[in-house]
This record gives sequence, structure tokens and C-alpha cells, in this order.
Amino acid sequence: MKTYGKHRFPGRLFVVEGIDGSGKSTQLALLQKWLESEGYGTFFSEWNSSALVRDVTRRGKKKRMLTPMTFSLIHATDFADRTEQQIIPPLKAGALVLADRYVYTAFARDVARGVNPGWVRNLYQFAVKPTIAFYFRISVEQAMTRIVGGRDAIKYYEAGMDRQLSGDIEESFRLFQGAIVDAYDSMVSEFGLVVIDASRSIEEQQAEMRRIVTKALTGARKTRIRRWVDLHSMARASRPLNQAS
Amino acid sequence: MGRFAFYGQGLPAVEPGELKGKLVVLEGTDGVGRSTHIGLLREWLESRGHAVLDTGMTRSALAGKGLKAAKEGHTLGGVTMSLFYATDFADRLENEMIPALRAGFVVLTDRYTFSLMARATVRGADPQWVKGVYEFALKPDIIVYLRATVDELVTRVVQTSGFNYWESGMDLRLGEDLYDSFVAYQTRLLAAFDHMTAEYDFQVVDASASIQTVSDQIKDLLEPMLIPASAAS
Repeated sequence: MKTYGKHRFPGRLFVVEGIDGSGKSTQLALLQKWLESEGYGTFFSEWNSSALVRDVTRRGKKKRMLTPMTFSLIHATDFADRTEQQIIPPLKAGALVLADRYVYTAFARDVARGVNPGWVRNLYQFAVKPTIAFYFRISVEQAMTRIVGGRDAIKYYEAGMDRQLSGDIEESFRLFQGAIVDAYDSMVSEFGLVVIDASRSIEEQQAEMRRIVTKALTGARKTRIRRWVDLHSMARASRPLNQAS
Repeated sequence: MGRFAFYGQGLPAVEPGELKGKLVVLEGTDGVGRSTHIGLLREWLESRGHAVLDTGMTRSALAGKGLKAAKEGHTLGGVTMSLFYATDFADRLENEMIPALRAGFVVLTDRYTFSLMARATVRGADPQWVKGVYEFALKPDIIVYLRATVDELVTRVVQTSGFNYWESGMDLRLGEDLYDSFVAYQTRLLAAFDHMTAEYDFQVVDASASIQTVSDQIKDLLEPMLIPASAAS
């Protein structure tokens, strides 16, 4: 088992971090489009998405069975599965892996739930150190205005309702996410996170991201297979006119 | 009283000083007769007036089913399996063992962190990492290690359930078939257990003796730490 910082792969790993509503997923999707158009092979991996583990997490959240410890461990299990199946193999093949949330999410959230900071850092020792980890910094107030759907869209664990900070879900969200922002801020120097000011325009942020990523692409392989026939655009072109509204 | 302690950084919001019962661990590799002895001990303890909770691997309400399902597939990697087991263990520790200890039960557990640590290190996990992950475990009152040689294990497995994929460590591809792999895998596990014996103060019981002899030896080990119901005021 190789530990954090000890892996040597020909590929590159770019991750985005930040609280919900910071716009990090939008930025990562735009980065992926650009990298693909430049001829790079990309793989996308999202937090909490392992097919092997997802059902356990979902049930645990739905039935509110999770303690800070099992919350931490089940997310680490999910991340381990994705590391073994989705992250390491493409990196070995020289591809670019894009991750929406990474170990820093766990460090921020689990510590905000009372888990020991040293313990959770050890837990994720098996993780590959990213080439670049972007942190989209935004205030909780600004992030809340961007969460579409308002109060009904706020989830129980996202709001830290299990911590009983406040009976009101919006207030609890504000307090819990505030603690997470503080944790991210303190990780900037600890892990060398690259801070992006997420209050700026989408275009400005994307331009900055591309500038930074470009520098890290020297020597990276262009592995994308150029297809003779682009099935996607064929499907779009063949769609009857009356459906294209 | 402060009798209980964690190995390292403990569980958030658990004060080990509040725990009153006894935590009894039976450890040993596959096919060594742990469940038989758990059954015998439970009966003996209850007849003496102790309330008993017995628990074992993959029985957690949270992760038990998911872990079993994951083992049915063919994509379960080493680190993932270790952490899935750690989740199952944490759920049982927090939701079964600790509440029972708080209520003064004798908790009888079929395996503890030691089997999990052995399996993980045999699969190439960094030993310091594994140890750190399980720092949140409570130190048991006693760890009884049922020890058998690989030859004895082979005989038992052949006579009972037969060789299976995971008990043979087939994911590690150590041999060309279930038998070869079982021998190689269990040899490594035994070495890992032997390595832990002194560090964690295992009480070693030779599992090759008759069931009666083994059971009597375990009872002799437990006897001094139990207050009989008749003597309690």
C-alpha cells in the first residue's frame, strides 16, 4: 500500500473542493470540456458515488443511523473503492482524473462533527496526492443564495442536524457550513490548496483554472481516441425538427 | 471507575469511564471453533447470572448486508474491504457493545479488531495505517486467542463447510486452487496473529484439544474477572 505523496503515475489528478453552492462542480465540468477538446483523455469521479458502498450510505443517511465515526468510515470506504477502481488505473494509464470533492471534504466535515483531526488524516493515508487541489472559497451567506430550491433543498447531514447545533435547519446549515469553511481555510497551507475566489464571474474563475492547469500539463499524454464518427452530434442532427424546441 | 480505555484517539462523545460490563474477545482464524465456544460460554455465563450480548463480524445493522453483497462481486479491493469491515465494526461497537457495557452486560464478541488488522496487513496494507484506523476501539478485558496449526485447520474445514473463496484468500491469488491458497493464506494470517500475541496480551489456548478441554480452559481464564450473581449484594 502506497501512502499519500508516495505514488508516481504518468497521469494527472485535479480536484475541486468547497462547500455546496461554491460553484466547484460547474467549474470542473467546464475544465473537463476544455481538456477533452485539447485531446486529453479524462476520467471523472465524484464524492460518495461508489456502486459498491452507495446503498449502505444512502440507507444510513435516510434512517439517520450514522454516528460521526460511521459517517467518516463509510465515506472513507466509498473513497477507497473509487481510489482502487476509478482513480489509480486511469492515472497509471496516463489519463487526467478529475475529482469533485476529495479527502479534504472528509477532513473538514468529520472534524466539524467532532472526529479527531489526526485520526481522520491517517484514515485517508492511502489516497493519491492530487497534482492540484482547487479550493473554491465563498462565504456561507453567498453559497446559500446559490442553492437552488432554498430551504427544502437543504439535507439533514449537510446541515449538520445530527450535531444538534440548532433546531432550525437553515440556522444549523449556517453554523455547520461555517465550521467547514474554517476547516478548509486552515487546510490551505497544510495541503497547499490553490484558492479560487468563487465570488467572481464563472468565466473569470474558469480562465484562472485553465491557466493553472496548463502549467501542470507539460509532458502529459494525449490519450483521447479520436472517433471517425461522432455519435453524439449525429444523434443531435438526426432529431426531428418538431422536438427541437 | 475508569476501568475501560481506548487504544488511542477514542470515539467522539463516549466516556469510557461510564462503562461497567466486561468485554470478552474470542479471536482465532477461520475454522478454529470460535462460534462453538461462544455458544458454550454464553450458556455458562447466563447460568451463573450474567447478562450476555454476543456479536460478531458483518452483523451490524448499518453495513452487514452491504458488506456481504460486496463480497459476492469481484471488484472488492483490499483497502476498500478493510474499511468496509471497519465501518461494520464501528457500528457494532457504538450501537451494540458500548450500550451493553454501559448496562453492565458481559459482551462476548466473535473476533474483534485483531482479525481485521491481520486480514488487512496480509493484503498489503501498511501496518501503522491499520493500527491507526482501529485506535477508536476499546481495550477488551480479555482476549482469548484460539490457536491451531494450518494442518488442523485444513482437517476441520474439509470435515465441515469445505473451502470457500474468502477464507482461502483467493483474492490474493496465492495458489492455483482453493486448497493451495487456503494453506498459504492461513499461514500468513497465523503469522500475523502470532506477531500480535505479545503486543496485545493474547491469552493463548491450544484449539487442537477436545472441545471440553478448550472450553474449560477459557472458563478458567474468565473466572477471576467475574463476580458471581450469588456473591453480589
